[in-house]
Amino acid sequence: MSLRLQARQLACERDDRWLFDGLDVMLESGEILRVEGPNGSGKTTLLKILSGQLDDYDGALEFNGQPLRACRDTFLANLLYLGHAPGVKAGLTPLENLAWYQALGGEAPDEAACERALNDAGLAGFEDTPAGRLSAGQNRRVALARLTLTPRALWVLDEPFTALDREGVAMLERRLSHHAKAGGSVIITTHHALGGLQRVRRLRLGEALA
Amino acid sequence: MSASDGGALRPPPHGAGRAFIATLSRGLRLAFRRRGEALNPLVFYALVITLFPIGISPDPALLAVIAPGLLWVAALLAALLSLDTLFRGDFEDGSLEQLILAPQPLWTQTLAKVCVHWLMTGLPLALSAPLLATLLALPAGSYAVLTLSLVLGSATLSLVGAIGAALTVGLARGGVLTSLLILPLYIPVLVFGTGAVEAAIAGQSALPYLAILGALLALSLMLAPWAIAASLRISLNG
Repeated sequence: MSLRLQARQLACERDDRWLFDGLDVMLESGEILRVEGPNGSGKTTLLKILSGQLDDYDGALEFNGQPLRACRDTFLANLLYLGHAPGVKAGLTPLENLAWYQALGGEAPDEAACERALNDAGLAGFEDTPAGRLSAGQNRRVALARLTLTPRALWVLDEPFTALDREGVAMLERRLSHHAKAGGSVIITTHHALGGLQRVRRLRLGEALA
Repeated sequence: MSASDGGALRPPPHGAGRAFIATLSRGLRLAFRRRGEALNPLVFYALVITLFPIGISPDPALLAVIAPGLLWVAALLAALLSLDTLFRGDFEDGSLEQLILAPQPLWTQTLAKVCVHWLMTGLPLALSAPLLATLLALPAGSYAVLTLSLVLGSATLSLVGAIGAALTVGLARGGVLTSLLILPLYIPVLVFGTGAVEAAIAGQSALPYLAILGALLALSLMLAPWAIAASLRISLNG
């Protein structure tokens, strides 16, 4: 079964201001949806709505034809959300951080898989250094290691390129393109060029509204 | 393993128990890594209790009268002061979002967080109370009841307090608000907790009081995890 996320006539109001209104979003397997817009145009809010975090919106949101609220369990089982904050505990090592995410996903502990994921993310040798002593870019890489560790069909990534070096950017772009080719879907916000990716659809926020 | 297994959809996973244990051990490990912070409530408790004989009077007869109340009030305040950190760290580093988006029932996760809080504050407070009670000349025969009442009562305090902490986690200065929100809910625990110790001192049975403390704990154990989960959702919606 493939994935389809659809939003109809989505509207969200924040502080007496409509961030967006009458927004239609459609995402299917193998697609990358890039949400664009100036600062404060509601990109993060939209991503939070589309990942089922915010309930404070008008319009309909459907996952595979069912209202999102009715199939939340299935939706969450297939979602990987990375927000502005990487969700990496400073007091724990990258390995411990990943082990927690693995357990949270209901999977059996598998240290070898965590090590492989960290290795793929370019963190070989830092497995047992507390994340608080790693740089911002390395912390971002710990979070990104979850993309390989816990496979999910739908990735919702809010500014995932933040703090990454050039090599990290290339790695993430490769990963995004591989995910889309394999039939996965991505919703992403970034100010980055996303050069090497095909089948990227754009959604522009913050223009049509008065 | 390939980087992505594509668009194949997964059914909702099992393993809520595993996730519970993972969150519990993660919390305990973090607390052990920052022992100084984790010991704060206990230090506060010891300081307050040791100051009272100095400030009031070292007269054992006088101290024995106020000891049950003092031991309980100080424990309550120590537990209250530690609540602010319960979800704050997770909120700031984004773990809370991930907790809410995990394909697990959120109440199991909130229960794990509360368990950590109780193991790091309520339980040490209850275990250290008899030692500090000697400073206040608490009459013999009531020490076991004191510990037992604190064990039962502090668990309720952690559960109820976490609701307040969850409601205020999104606010910049939630500490005072948390106290105002949950102090009224703490009063019954305080009344029956001190009641148990006073009954033991008077030579009566403390069992009715302990039974009520147990009932309060059962009630909050049943309702609080859901209330905390709902409060967290409201906070993150803000």
